Amino acid sequence: MTLALSIGWGSTLAIKTIVVLTVIPLGALILGYVFLLKMMSHMQSRLGPMDPGGFHGWYQLVGDGLKFLQKEDVMPAQADRRVFAVAPAVVVMSTFLVFLVIPMGPDLVVKDLDVGVFYALAVSSLSVVGVLMAGWASANKFALLGALRAAAQLIAYELPLLLAVVGVVIQAGTMSLQGIVLSQQHGKIFGWGGLGEPFLLTQFVGLALFLVASQAELTQTPFDMPVAESELVAGYMVEYTGFRFLFFFIGEFGTAFAFAAIAATLFLGGWAIPGVHGDWANILGPPVLFAKLMIIAFFMFWVRFTYPRLREDQLQAVAWKFLIPLGLANILLTGLFKVAF
Amino acid sequence: MTEFYRQYLAVAVLMGAAALMFGAMLGAGRLLRPNRPQPEKYVSYEAGSDPVGGWGQSNVRYYVYALLFVIFDVEAVFIFPWAVNLKTLDTFGLVEMTIFILVLTLGLAYAWRKGVLRWA
Repeated sequence: MTLALSIGWGSTLAIKTIVVLTVIPLGALILGYVFLLKMMSHMQSRLGPMDPGGFHGWYQLVGDGLKFLQKEDVMPAQADRRVFAVAPAVVVMSTFLVFLVIPMGPDLVVKDLDVGVFYALAVSSLSVVGVLMAGWASANKFALLGALRAAAQLIAYELPLLLAVVGVVIQAGTMSLQGIVLSQQHGKIFGWGGLGEPFLLTQFVGLALFLVASQAELTQTPFDMPVAESELVAGYMVEYTGFRFLFFFIGEFGTAFAFAAIAATLFLGGWAIPGVHGDWANILGPPVLFAKLMIIAFFMFWVRFTYPRLREDQLQAVAWKFLIPLGLANILLTGLFKVAF
Repeated sequence: MTEFYRQYLAVAVLMGAAALMFGAMLGAGRLLRPNRPQPEKYVSYEAGSDPVGGWGQSNVRYYVYALLFVIFDVEAVFIFPWAVNLKTLDTFGLVEMTIFILVLTLGLAYAWRKGVLRWA
């Protein structure tokens, strides 16, 4: 028996596109609800989001959605109208494109590109363009400052992110995310293959680099200077209202979801479960990947709710003087081990 | 149509789908949201005071960081194919890449020494 239905590639692609269209807002909502509203409220003793609707404030997110829906669409008089209108779409598009290559099971991937992880990092950095467009077109000093800070930060932390992934690519010998999952599934720890070999065991430096860099890419605390509310109000988003603002939100949390999924795939073995193959892997893969990505996301948001904001010069210094040299050293060391063994 | 084109057609389809969702949600919002134009609403928001002057200024340092970034980003493009083929390239490939990375690190050290990374 096989689950793969024999329908044309066109209808398959259409179905997969619809799945991606639902997964991204859903993932953004789950992260927003579980972590931003509930976990943050518990950790920081915030009473507001725990109140609406009775049990644990379940109604808060619904209420937020309804509020966005009825906000007037205000565009500043001096704004570059077309660029201003399109900028949130560019940000959300870059989030969508990342999901093309994330595998949820042996057959559950939109397209398993050969350049997989490289493609994912390339399209995820397209959001810089949207952010710069938003900040520039707003014709607002806060927005421009925020956009420039965001651009400088995103490109500075793009490099540790890339370098962290190279170690995994060396070990797996492929850039395809599906290939990376399989090579972890078939790997052996000192000759014992019972659990496969999650790259977490050998690439822990890579995982640490990846988590720090993705925290900065997502402009989350302690790297949230571009949207620092006490200095820049909301940075490049300051002039946005209603749905256009909501799209920045979906972009941010959708990208957090995507980065957590990529980290789970690269370092924790993705959808793979020891000893499960074929159809069962297709059925159990998505929940397993979801569980792994929630663990990663928990750590990302834990840091976000705990640490204070860095200064702009400290931010650049951490990237250029510490993370990038560390990433290069990690690549050379991994290469040495790969060639030696 | 070959598999190669199908793969990148999927990229285009997903982009289109994202644009469609953006348009559909904004279109639906247009039916629901109010529209009461007042001139005060369209003034740039600068923490309450009326905005003075047109565009803002920014630090020229951002430009230097962008230059540094281009160098290292291109380096990353070279490292990835090497990483995939390291098993076949073996010791030769490792020595070559070590030299390549060392040369680039030298560039970073030079920029560091020249004070480019200092935020003054």
